Amino acid sequence: MVLGGDEPTGSLVRPYAVTRGRTRPQLEIALEALVETTARGRSGQFLGGREQKVIVDLCGGRLQSLAEIAARMEVPLGVARVLVADMAADGLLAVHEPTGFDADGGDGSVGTELLERVLSGLRRL
Amino acid sequence: MNSSADTSRVTSAKIVIAGGFGVGKTTLVGSVSEITPLTTEAIMTSASEGVDDNNLVPDKQTTTVAMDFGRITIDQDLILYLFGTPGQTRFWFMWDELVRGAIGAIVLVDTRRLADCFSVIDFFEHRKLPYLVAVNCFDGKQLHDLNDIRDALQISHDVPVMYTDARNRESTKQVLIKLVEYVLSMRRTRTVGVH
Repeated sequence: MVLGGDEPTGSLVRPYAVTRGRTRPQLEIALEALVETTARGRSGQFLGGREQKVIVDLCGGRLQSLAEIAARMEVPLGVARVLVADMAADGLLAVHEPTGFDADGGDGSVGTELLERVLSGLRRL
Repeated sequence: MNSSADTSRVTSAKIVIAGGFGVGKTTLVGSVSEITPLTTEAIMTSASEGVDDNNLVPDKQTTTVAMDFGRITIDQDLILYLFGTPGQTRFWFMWDELVRGAIGAIVLVDTRRLADCFSVIDFFEHRKLPYLVAVNCFDGKQLHDLNDIRDALQISHDVPVMYTDARNRESTKQVLIKLVEYVLSMRRTRTVGVH
């Protein structure tokens, strides 16, 4: 039995290997939260591993949601969430949380203004 | 380069696209999305919290649930996502996350399999998530009267019910517009009621 050489590295084989087995993120991040690479992330000096490089590149252009990051990296959502939360904690990424529209919560006026923007945006499509 | 000040107002919103298996959810998302619909997978493990019907899942170790989604850039700083629900409604654990903070939902209906959406409608009503019913006309034929469908689904008179063609961008656009208008009108009614 030789360990090492033929260890599966495909993220789909052992999804949580890249998070060193952690399934709980440092930060709860919504599916649709937008992620953006910070200047610190772009500098490339503080990156820890292949996955971090991929995410920094992915979110260095246009904004990407957590769901997009998971889909494009072909890793489960939970894995992407742990990776992104770690990188956000290290200042490599900025996470923009969505505006929630829950029936009873949140600031009603903010929600209404945003809904009106969504509506006019859809009409322009 | 963006400074943080430029992007401090960046935000996103989502609309949930629900309905039975094979009713055309991904087609609807794809008809209006600016990206080819992507698939994201969630893994439920036996360590997951908040799962109360583990007995319905044959393999308690890992169950993978796939969701298709699309994206519409409304503005530079506002992006709308359309999330299709997992085909099988037994994966309720994923639905909590899907509906949290959503603008509302579109229930896509195939009149040949109306019963497929009963549990979905129950779920949205329980969660007080605004929804509308879009009847997918697969071959352009409107086989049923919308009022008959409303009666069959036993939904309130103010819930919009409309025909759609999930393949058609303009048709999908009208459904999305109708949903947002409906949600806005509900908010206004509620505000009037409070004062």
